[in-house]
Amino acid sequence: MLIDEKLIEYLENLSCLTLSDGEKERLTADLGEILNNMARLEELNAKGVPERSHPFDDVNAFREDEAVCSFDRALILKNAPEENGEAFVAPKTVE
Amino acid sequence: MNWETVIGLEVHAELSAASKIFCGCATTFGGEPNTRVCPVCAGMPGTLPKLNRAVAEYAVRVGLALNCEITRHCKFDRKNYFYPDLPKAYQVSQLYAPICREGRLTVVADGKEKSIGIREIHMEEDAGKLVHDCSGNRTFMDFNRCGVPLLEIVTHPDFQSGAEVIAYLEKLRETLLYLGVCDCKMQEGSLRVDVNLSVRRTGGEMGVRTEMKNLNSFKAIGRAIDYETKRQIEILGKGGRVYQETRRWDDENGVSYGMRSKENAQDYRYFPEPDLLPIEIDDQWLKMIKGSLPELAHEKRERYINDYKISEKEAFIITTHKNISGLFETVSELSGNPLESAHLVTGEIMRLLNQTDTLPEDLSLDGRKLAALVNLVSDGKINRNAYRETVEAVFTRDVIPEEYIAENGLMMINDDEAVIEAVKTALSENSGAVADYRAGKEKAFGFLMGQVMKRLGGSGNPDMARKALKDALK
Repeated sequence: MLIDEKLIEYLENLSCLTLSDGEKERLTADLGEILNNMARLEELNAKGVPERSHPFDDVNAFREDEAVCSFDRALILKNAPEENGEAFVAPKTVE
Repeated sequence: MNWETVIGLEVHAELSAASKIFCGCATTFGGEPNTRVCPVCAGMPGTLPKLNRAVAEYAVRVGLALNCEITRHCKFDRKNYFYPDLPKAYQVSQLYAPICREGRLTVVADGKEKSIGIREIHMEEDAGKLVHDCSGNRTFMDFNRCGVPLLEIVTHPDFQSGAEVIAYLEKLRETLLYLGVCDCKMQEGSLRVDVNLSVRRTGGEMGVRTEMKNLNSFKAIGRAIDYETKRQIEILGKGGRVYQETRRWDDENGVSYGMRSKENAQDYRYFPEPDLLPIEIDDQWLKMIKGSLPELAHEKRERYINDYKISEKEAFIITTHKNISGLFETVSELSGNPLESAHLVTGEIMRLLNQTDTLPEDLSLDGRKLAALVNLVSDGKINRNAYRETVEAVFTRDVIPEEYIAENGLMMINDDEAVIEAVKTALSENSGAVADYRAGKEKAFGFLMGQVMKRLGGSGNPDMARKALKDALK
């Protein structure tokens, strides 16, 4: 897959980010490198290996429907870059 | 040439499970922001979701009730999108192997029966709630609703009118309520409906569709469908073009407006969810779920009509809501008198619900008290007026019927002497009416009857009083 400026701009738009020219250049190189590495998998002989959606054979890992105590709010909010004591706060985003 | 409307629906039903889909946080509606949140539903790195077994079972229940094929080996996928209502920046949903496929629901609209195709039912997690700062530049995020289990029930584009859509939604709501999987409170968002609508020349090629959101009641849905149909026909009639977009319905002003264009915005980049194992529904599990299905509304209707000999109209009213049929069944069983119980529920109880603006879901009445009243009236211990009055007192104040009847002297007077005495007094005090009656004015009888009942304090046995009055007037 070719990583070019057009694709980077598309991804930038999709993830609502604003990238500088320098960042765009660096990302084009980095993402290209990652894809090249992944492409090496295609060299493997996968003949006769069935297609699957999950690496494990296990199925049905369930929990029972029981409500347990949630986390203390202050503790959960502690991870937020910004909060107001009751809610996470982000720059205004309206769909 | 005429226009034809083509509609498909996406219904999101919040499941009444006690805990969220992938963690143990409670699903209760409302509450202080971010008090039912843990690292899993807040999307903290390094956490691992685990599927709530009840969610898969509820989904299969709905699939069976809607005559779907159950996907024996199903799995979850990630739907990636950027919006802060989901802290992970993706929603765990099902795209490639939804749990139920290709079902049907038969509805009756405008007197005609129609079978609506269900394309699929899939499980997913709900998103959080955002509050936008009106004056400032910030958005506040409450993740209490994040991870509340949802079923998305998607139909084929089989509807041609608002009436068909409403008939389908009513039947779907009834089914979900009877299955006990969703409380279907539209005002609390536990049942949400998106309408996909396009118009075309009759028999012509499919038109471009729009998707309508923010529809908070069945009435709003009907209005929004009428508005959108008209809007699209007007545009196309003038040679214009309808754009594929999401539109938001503003019920107060009766208009919709475009939210975003779908042409360049959405690319969800779905891929299989690596954090969750696939689900395998074997014969044994499927059989167990089938066996746990409760009796549905249409099955109850048939039973009431066939076994209890209740009229079709009454059976229909009783089964409009699970709470109503539940009350009817309790009263009927305890009194042993299904016909009188049906009259009570479809008559007085429905009237009181309307009069007090009480929704069936909020109905809480003691069936034992009503059963006692049904027996009192059918045994001739109280008359109809006293019965209605006491039912109302039970409904509004939860009184104990026997006490209320005794305190208000409502026990029927079956005492011959008391009745004859009342007739005597009524006749001597109303000689004018007596003369009128004897002169052939039939109407005077009704007046005299009222006078007799009044003297019996409203609790007289009307049959006995009528007979005594007739005898006295001979």
